[in-house]
This record gives sequence, structure tokens and C-alpha cells, in this order.
Amino acid sequence: MSKRKAKDAHLPIGECINQVHQILRKRFCHQQLPDKPEGVEAQHKHLAELLKRTAVHGESNSVLIVGPRGSGKTMLLRSVLRELSQETEVQKNLLQVHLNGLLQTDDRIALKEITRQLQLENVVGDRVFGSFAENLTFLLDALKKGDRSSSRPVLFVLDEFDLFACHKNQTLLYNLFDVAQSAQAPVAVVGLTCRLDVLELLEKRVKSRFSHRQIHLLSKLTFPQYLERVRDQLSLPDDFLDGKFAQEWNAAVTTLCEDRSAEEVLQRHFNSSTDFRSLHTLLMLCLSRVSVARPSITPADLLDASRLCLADANANMLHGLSILELCLIIAMKHLNDVYEGEPFNLQMVHNEFKKFLQRKSNSMYNFEQPVIMKAFEHLQQLELIRPADGASAKTQREFQLMRLMLDHGQIMEALQKYPQCPTDVKQWAMSAFA
Amino acid sequence: MKYFTRLRVRRIYEWRGAALGFNRKLQTYEYGSLSIRVEGLPHSTVISAGQHILIEGDDDDNPYVARVVRLFADESGAQKKAVVQWYVRVSEVPPGKLKLLGRNPHPQEVFFYEGRSCEDEVNAESVLRPVQVRHLDAAAPFPVSEDGDIFYVKLSWDSRTFRPVDPSLLDASRPPCRSLPLSPPSSPPAAAPAPGGPARRALPTPDPAVMRGAMATPASSRKPGAEAESLHSLTKLSASKCLSAKRRSATCRTPGVRKKLQLSSPDDPAALRDDVLQQLLEAELEKGRRSAAAASPSEPLRITHSLTPLRRTSRTPGRHDDFPLTPCSVRRRESQSETDSPPAGDDLSRTSTKRKEVQTGTEPVLEVLDEEEEKNCALRIPRRQSALKVSSRIRKQLNLLDDRLSSDEDEEEEEFVPSRKELQSDEEEDDEGDEEEDEELKVKKSRRSSSSAASRTKQKTSARTPRKAGPKTPRTHHHATPSIPNRAQPARRPGNILEEARARLHVSAVPESLPCREQEFQDIYSFVESKVLDGTGGCMYVSGVPGTGKTATVQEVMRCLQHAAEQDEIPPFVFIQINGMKMTDPHQAYAQILQKLTGQKATADHAAALLEKRFSHPAPRKETTVLLVDELDLLWTRKQNVMYNLFDWPTRRHARLVVLAIANTMDLPERILINRVASRLGLTRMSFQPYSFKQLQQIVTSRLNKLKAFEDDALQIVSRKVAALSGDARRCLDICRRATEICERSAAQLVGMSHVMQALDEMFSSPYIAAIRSASTQEQLFLRAVIAEFRRLGLEEATFQQVLVQHQALCRVEGLQPVGVSEGLAACRRLGACRLLLLEPSRLGVLQRVRLNVSQDDVLFALKAD
Repeated sequence: MSKRKAKDAHLPIGECINQVHQILRKRFCHQQLPDKPEGVEAQHKHLAELLKRTAVHGESNSVLIVGPRGSGKTMLLRSVLRELSQETEVQKNLLQVHLNGLLQTDDRIALKEITRQLQLENVVGDRVFGSFAENLTFLLDALKKGDRSSSRPVLFVLDEFDLFACHKNQTLLYNLFDVAQSAQAPVAVVGLTCRLDVLELLEKRVKSRFSHRQIHLLSKLTFPQYLERVRDQLSLPDDFLDGKFAQEWNAAVTTLCEDRSAEEVLQRHFNSSTDFRSLHTLLMLCLSRVSVARPSITPADLLDASRLCLADANANMLHGLSILELCLIIAMKHLNDVYEGEPFNLQMVHNEFKKFLQRKSNSMYNFEQPVIMKAFEHLQQLELIRPADGASAKTQREFQLMRLMLDHGQIMEALQKYPQCPTDVKQWAMSAFA
Repeated sequence: MKYFTRLRVRRIYEWRGAALGFNRKLQTYEYGSLSIRVEGLPHSTVISAGQHILIEGDDDDNPYVARVVRLFADESGAQKKAVVQWYVRVSEVPPGKLKLLGRNPHPQEVFFYEGRSCEDEVNAESVLRPVQVRHLDAAAPFPVSEDGDIFYVKLSWDSRTFRPVDPSLLDASRPPCRSLPLSPPSSPPAAAPAPGGPARRALPTPDPAVMRGAMATPASSRKPGAEAESLHSLTKLSASKCLSAKRRSATCRTPGVRKKLQLSSPDDPAALRDDVLQQLLEAELEKGRRSAAAASPSEPLRITHSLTPLRRTSRTPGRHDDFPLTPCSVRRRESQSETDSPPAGDDLSRTSTKRKEVQTGTEPVLEVLDEEEEKNCALRIPRRQSALKVSSRIRKQLNLLDDRLSSDEDEEEEEFVPSRKELQSDEEEDDEGDEEEDEELKVKKSRRSSSSAASRTKQKTSARTPRKAGPKTPRTHHHATPSIPNRAQPARRPGNILEEARARLHVSAVPESLPCREQEFQDIYSFVESKVLDGTGGCMYVSGVPGTGKTATVQEVMRCLQHAAEQDEIPPFVFIQINGMKMTDPHQAYAQILQKLTGQKATADHAAALLEKRFSHPAPRKETTVLLVDELDLLWTRKQNVMYNLFDWPTRRHARLVVLAIANTMDLPERILINRVASRLGLTRMSFQPYSFKQLQQIVTSRLNKLKAFEDDALQIVSRKVAALSGDARRCLDICRRATEICERSAAQLVGMSHVMQALDEMFSSPYIAAIRSASTQEQLFLRAVIAEFRRLGLEEATFQQVLVQHQALCRVEGLQPVGVSEGLAACRRLGACRLLLLEPSRLGVLQRVRLNVSQDDVLFALKAD
């Protein structure tokens, strides 16, 4: 390896491609932190100062980071923590507790987790945890014993903060905020949530104890910035093993971003969402097409990836249906047109289908009632139709009211693409009287 | 074990003999002695003036210690009363004051009570049984060998300071009993305070004749000065007593054994009546006697001579109805002999264990006893504690090698004296590791099978049983002192003015005074003060929106009152606070109150029972308790029994409980409380109004305390804004704090308008509009489509399918490629996650209904500005 490095120049192409995959996959899938925050400098500074004051001065704080999904809340927090951990004063002092509302679904579990992460359990000895009440008093006592200047500050990170607000009485939040607002062990409570109305979820006494600091992560990205970001995400770093390959790759990326059709695709994605996650999905699909034979990303790759991303799952499912099932769907569509979305039952659908058959002289689609029933049930299994009024299976199956879960556009689109669709069925789909 | 205590034992109290005289002035009949008899048992105990007794306390574990000064009945003769001189136990001294002692109090230590705040007249029917109290020199060490039933007096306590007790003082306070015709004025009043050697106190004499003599002669320990009994008074006793006394002092080399004895033969030697067993016993006693004789070879003759009656009476106490022996005397005698002859200790302990087995054999008797002695088992508990301690101490002495360990242990025990359970589990862990339940089972079985054969394991296990009798509590390790580790480096002090200001403005900073709440402060202060002064109870309900200083004011009041109590301006009182939010279940309130009051750990139900007892029974030496209940509304239960009890206790005659309840809603009593609770809460209410802007300004200014960090205008705008919104002082302080941060970043010296405005903006501006503006194009279009669809339908709700049609149309208008269903749904879901839209569960797909969570105007405003 060192020899190669000394030579610096040419690695075999396969090796390079491997490296590219490794580096980019780390970025796209492993949520590798960017070197510096982009677009959120002010928020970064605010949060960093806040946490630093807790760590250094022992000042208690509480803050909420609010932003839509994929806007980089966790990334912001993690990069702040990474920065802080480089300072020894902080690193030695700060204790961290990470909770997630999806994992700690009630206060009992959350308390256990806090005790575990604070390693207070060493103090409790080998004992299996006591009752919920005991745990709570234990933890509160522990926090109460501390004081601003002498005990280590504790950082509580509550991911999916809004879910904690659903806990009974909001006991955990009350107590955490109360500790933050009284002369006890210094704590910083950082909540992450995507709900804008999170403060309304808090009970008034909990709300009063919360400091009302909110850091909003609302991207104000323009399309050129978005393009820039795409390029950044795809480019290889300067310290890539094979300098020449890196140059070529980066040049290819730049041309890709300037390409007209690629730009169109990206514009479409930008219009639908500006967050990191959807971008990463798109780029990941592109990256997976890169191989030794095709050592760069082409606009066509991007287009295909985009098509995959935006594909409509339900419409795709229609392609796999039998003609009979498709006919039933079309009959349902007509029923929906006639009755303006009112629910229907198997009998109605069958009648509609029979009308179509009567108009046609040939009895190619003349199916028995049980066969039709079977097809109907299959549709229900695929969740293309669903019972209108819950699961009240009291009524006979033929008369159970159902709703169609498809939009008309989806049906028509699927018909266009359906392989060897009989013309009369197509015509019937266009008009109920064809 | 604790649960037994709830069953009551009926005791019967009777005067012995006729009244000695009639006090015309007080209209009372004086009596010489009182006999206490447990119903259903022939044997009884006699209490006479001058004797030390245990008096039923707040909880069963810690009965009060006192000495009878006088016994009398009122005119009708219905009420039996006693005038007593109190002794304060360690657990009754406020923990804060214990520091004044300058050393760790001995668990069996009591203090001669000189305070005034306690009534010295008690109902004679609260007397439990006699007890031994001995005087020690202040410098003298506590005797190592001790007994749960012996208390030591070194100091007196007048609720402020500890002073050495003057033995003559103890004596001076004995007067009324002198009027008894039978008591001759002999016995030099506790002349020589007994040095801390082995006890020379006399035993309650078993023989009725001797007993009567003992009552007559002050030489017996019954006399008031008994705790300082002199050696020469002893000489008057019969040799038997002398011997027994010596034996008794030895007590507990074998604590487990002793405890076992208590359990299986609850305080009643009647269990020994069994004739078969008697033989065994005799052999044992003989052995003990021999060893005792070896220890005091000078008077062997007398010993042998006197032993017989002693033994017999101890075994057949039932024959003598007025037999004043403390029930545990047998055990005492035994253990005493043990100290007297330390080399024979092993031997003796074996004998005593054997005796215990003997007792396990007497099953039927025991069962009866069990029932009636539940009360007493509570009394046994402190003894058990001390026994544990003693055992640990002895272990320490025995193996000096691991003294470090045992000293640790000792400390632990000091800390946890009140929570007995923990102590027990400690011991268990320390002693035998984890041989647990199965053994316990074995013990039970072995008790059933009335085999008196001695098996080694049985001895061991049975010795341990009393400790773990009772509900198995979750193990708390004795190191369980919760704390956050200390920081590696000290916290940095605030460096400049802004940092200093920020530190002072933090809500947690305790201000020197609470401005703007003077009136409320005064009201609460005088309310509590008057209750404390009168020794009565009462409730007060404090309401107010969050952040108006309710809790802070009450705590400030309590601080002031506690200060006043320290200055002796008002009687001392206990202040505890609980918070409805800091417990997991309303019923935990009981457990928390009990723990804060006594340090005991108990389940909620048991705690409720104990508290009920504490507050409803006349316990004369009781300080007023002030209970702060924060977040009262959280204590609501369907039956409201927690609230009911909290407000009912203060109305009890003997409770001396003041409850200050805090909640947010002013009309809580009317809204959620049922009538009987609301009525008990009473009408003493106080409501904290939200702060006005001037008050908020004053609060901030007073906190800053002449620190020039804010422009006046800036302060004013903050306080006006907050006062207009909520009047929450916390909010005001938080905004000011945030403003200093912004100011610091902009490198200004003084916090000005712009900084404050920015802070206000951050905290109060609605994020919705900004969120809509930063949404992606498709999301914005979707919002527009929603509004368009709403307008079309004339409803505030539409299905996704309907909106999608509009959305696609709008896309065409905007020149964008129309969205597919999946794409549209994704946009819709993203908006739903932010709660700009309210959605039905997403499994409904295109059929889910959509609503706006912001007003249409806001959406249009946000989108138009683009």
C-alpha cells in the first residue's frame, strides 16, 4: 500500500472504483458528518455556545431543535458535540444521555435508560432495578444532590421529543426541566423534533419550566445551492489515493451537474423536497450503477434513478394483475364515477362487469361467480380495495361495502403500460359505454 | 413483619390497689401502680411511678421513652392518666440539630428532655411496657454489650442545645411519687452515676414478694433515679438479683439468637412452661450459673441459693398476675451471664440457641402469642436494629483483620438507622451472602415440626429468620447514595458583566428576597406561624398560573420560619414537601411523606396506615408538621382518597399538621374535588396573580442588583411583552438571559433594544410562516391545492384524492410536470409530520382526509410574500 502511495499515480481502475464506492457510500448511507455545517452556521453557533456554557460554567439550559424531517437536526447536534468533544474541559466533564422517543416509549423505560447511561447503576450494585417510583426518586435525589459548581453537567438528548410529551403526566419532562430551572446538578436538555406545534403539546407547568429556546432548522435552499450540494456530495476528496482518477471523476461530476437533462431531473427533485435524505437516496441509486465498465455517472443514470425514486408503487402493482382483476378495477372506476366515490360491493361490481360483457358478443370473459369472488378477494389482499366500514365482517362477503384505493390517473396510466391489454378493455376503461 | 403491626392487641389497664389519695385541688385520684395485661393472657406487667416506660408513639417502631412521675385518674375514674418526664430518642431530634452533638449518636441513646413544648400528661393507656434507662457520664463510652431495652442518658435536650445531664436534676424531677405511702425515702438519689461498666441495674424482680419489696424500696430500678443507680443500692438486693443483673448486662453476643428468641416467644416466658423443656432449660441455666459463678467467685454460695426462685418464676410467670417482669428477662439473664464470663461465651451462646429451639417446640402457645404480640413486635424492631449493630461491632472486635470493612459497615448503619429494611438486607448480604428463601421456607417447616432436636442448620436459619420476616423488599444496596459524579475540573466563574448577569438571571439562582410578593408572603407566614404557635393544624390552598412564584414564596416562608424556630421565637416544627409531579402514582405521596418524616421506607399502603396512625393518635410530644404539597391536582384519583386524607389529617385533634397545597387552577376545589374533600380543604385560599409589567421589571432589577447590564427601555419592553402574554416570571428571566447572549455575540456592552427584540422574536414568533416559506415548491403547491379544494367544497376538510386533482391542476398552471400519486402523498406526509397539516393515518392512502393546522390566511400570507 505504501509503495503505491509513494508512486502515487495509477491504481488499477477497479481499485479506484472500489474506493469511490466506499467513500460515497459512507456519505450517503452512514450519515457521515460533513466537515463543517453548511447553511446552519448560526444555529450551530447558538447550540455550541449553549452546550459549552453548560459544560464549562455549569449553567442549566433547555433547548428544542425543530425542523422538518431530513433537515439535519441530528447532524447539527452531532457536529456540535464533535466540536465540543475536542475541548478537553468539555470532554472530561460532560455526561451524555441519549434517549429516543421511539425507543423509550414510557417514562419507566426512559428512567432505566437514563440510570444506565449515567452509570448510576454501578452505585445501585448488582440489584435489578426497583419499582418505577423508586427509580424516579433515586434519579431525582441524584440530581438534587449535585450543585452547579461541583457536579458534572449532564446532557440529555431527547430524540423525537414530541413522543415524550405523550407520556403520562409528562413526568419525565417536568422533572428534567425542573432540574434545569433549579439549583441542582447542571443539566442541558436538548429536544429534537419535527413538529412545529411541539410547545402546544406541553402541559402548562411543563411549558413554563421550559426555557422556550427553539432552534429552527428551516432550509432556505435555492436551486443553484442545491446543485452545488449535489456536486459536493458526489465529488471525491483531494486526498484520494489516485489523484488522476479523482480529477477525472470530479470533472465528470461537474459536467453532469451542468447537463441539461440532469438538471431537469434534479430540478424536479428539488421541487419535491430539499432535504438531504431524498437526495442521498437518489445519488445512491446512481452510484450503484457505477462500475469498471462505466466509470462515471451519466445523465441517463440519473434519469433512471429518478424514475425509480418517483415510481408509483400502486400503479406498478396493477401491471401484475390478471385481465379479470383489471376488468373489475375498471368496473369499480366506473362505479366511482357514477356514484361519486360512494362505496360499492362485489355484486355491484359484478353487475357492471356483466353489462360490459353483454355489450360484447363474444363470451371470452364469461367467468363463474366464484372465480370473480376469488379475484375480488385477491384485490382486497393487495389492498387495492379496502372495506369501507372497518372490519365488520358480519355482512355476507358479496355485499360488503368496499372502497377503491386507486386514483383514476393511476388506473389509466397502468392500462397504457399493461402488456397486451385487449383493446375492448382499454376502450371500456375510457368510456363506460364503449 | 410490619404488616402484623396493624392488628391490634388489646391491652387491659387496671389500677393496682385502691387510690392512694385524692387530690382535692386537681380533683384526681392518685395511684401507686398500674397493671397492664394483654387480653387473653394471665400474665401482667406493673407500672409504678418512677419507672421508665415506653409510650406508644407515632409509629410502632419508635415508641417514646419516658419515666412515670405520677399516676392518677380523674374524678370519674374513667380516665387513667400519667405524668411523665420525657426522654428524647435520637430519631426524634431533628437531623439538623444532631450535628450539635458533635459525634454520632448512639442508637440507644436518649436525651433528658427539658423542652417546654411537650405536654407531660399522657393517657396511661398508651403505656406499652417498662424499659431500662441508665445514666452515663458524658465522657463515658457506651457499654459495648447492650440490649435493645436499655437506653442511655448522657445529655439533656431542650430542643435547641444538648447539655450534660446533672444526675441530681434527674432526681429532682421525681417528686410526686414520694407521696406514695409505700415509698420510703431511702436510696440516696442516684448518688453515684454508674460508670459505663456492665449494667448494675436490677432486674424487675420475678418473685412477687421481692417485687413488692422492690416497689417499696427505691433501691429497685423502679425508682425515678434508676438510670443512675448506684452500686451500693444494689447490695440491698438479694443475691439473685445481683446475679441476674450481672448476667443481664452481658446481653447480646449472639444477636441472632436473641432475636430468634423474641420472635418465637414473643416477650412472654410463658412459652417456657412446657415441662419437658424445663429440664433442658434448667441444664442450660445451670451452665450459665456456673460460668457466672466463675466470673464472680466471691459469692458463689448466694448465687446458687438465689437462682432457684428466679428461674422458676421466669418460667411460670403466668401464676403471678402482677408480675412486672419485662418479657424478655429470660433472655437477658442468659446473655448477661455471657458477658460476665467472656471465655464461656461460646458455650453460652450455644445454650441460648438451644433454648430457642426449645421454644420453637412449643408451637401452640406460640400461635396464641403471635396474635397478641403484634404490637410488641413493633417494639422489638429497634432492639433488632441495635442488635444488628452490636453484632457488627462484635464482629469487628473479633476479626480485627478486616476492620476497614466493618467500619464501613458501621458508618452505613449510622446513616440508615431509620430504614430498617435496608439494614437488614445489608446484614444479610454481609453475613451469609445469598442463601435465601429456600432457607426461610425450611425454617417455617422446621417450626411446624415440633422437633426439639437440635440441628445445626436449623439453629442458623432460625437465628436469621426474624430479620427477614415480613415482605421481601427489593434489595437496596447499602451504598445506594444517589449522586452525580463530581466534575473533573471546577466550573468556571462568570468572567464579565454579561456572564455575571446571566448567572443571576438564571431561574435557578436563589434571590435574596422575593420582590412583589410581600403581601402573599406575609399572609402565608402569619398563617403558618399561628398554626405552629397554637399547635393546631390547618390547610391552605395556593393557586396561580405557572411562574408566579407560588412555590418560591412558600419555600421562602418556610426558610424564615425555620430560622425563627432556630432563634427560638416559635416552637420547632418539621417542614416537608412533596410534589405531585415527582411521583409516579398519587399513592406514592404517602410513602414519600413517611420517608421524609421518619426516614422509613414503606409501601404506599403501609405508609398510609402509619401516617393515619401518626396523625390520629394523641402523641403528646409531637412537633407541628408543615407539609407542602406542590402540584396538588396530580394527586387526583378516582376516589380522591389521597387528597381526602391529606386534608383530613389536619382536622384531627392531635395531628398538628399544616398543609399548604399548591396548584395552578384557582377553582380546583370546585372543579375536580368532591364535596367532602373540598369541604376539608376549607376556605383559606390564596391566589397568586400573574405579575404585572412593573413587577416583572422589579424582579429583574432586583436580581441584577445594580449590575448595569440592561438598558432600561430594553427591560421595560421585555416585562411588558411577558406581562401581556402570561405574566410568567420564568419567561421574563429566560428572555433576558437570551438577550445577554445575543448581546455578547454582537460584542456590545449593554443589552439594548435590538438584542431584546431579537430574543423576543426567537421565543414568541410562530414558526409556521417561516416553515411554509422554507417548504419545497411541491409542498407549497399542495398547501395551495388544499386551500383551493376547501374553497370549492366549502368545508375545512378534504380527502387527499380531491386535493390531488387540484394539485395536479396547479402544477399545470405553474408549468411543472404534474405530480404522481406517490409524489403527492410524500409531500402531504411531510407537511403532516411538521403539523402544518393534520392527517389521518397514512394506511388510508388516497382516501385519508386532510385538514389545515394553520389558518388559511397565514398560508396565503406566507405564500404571497414569495
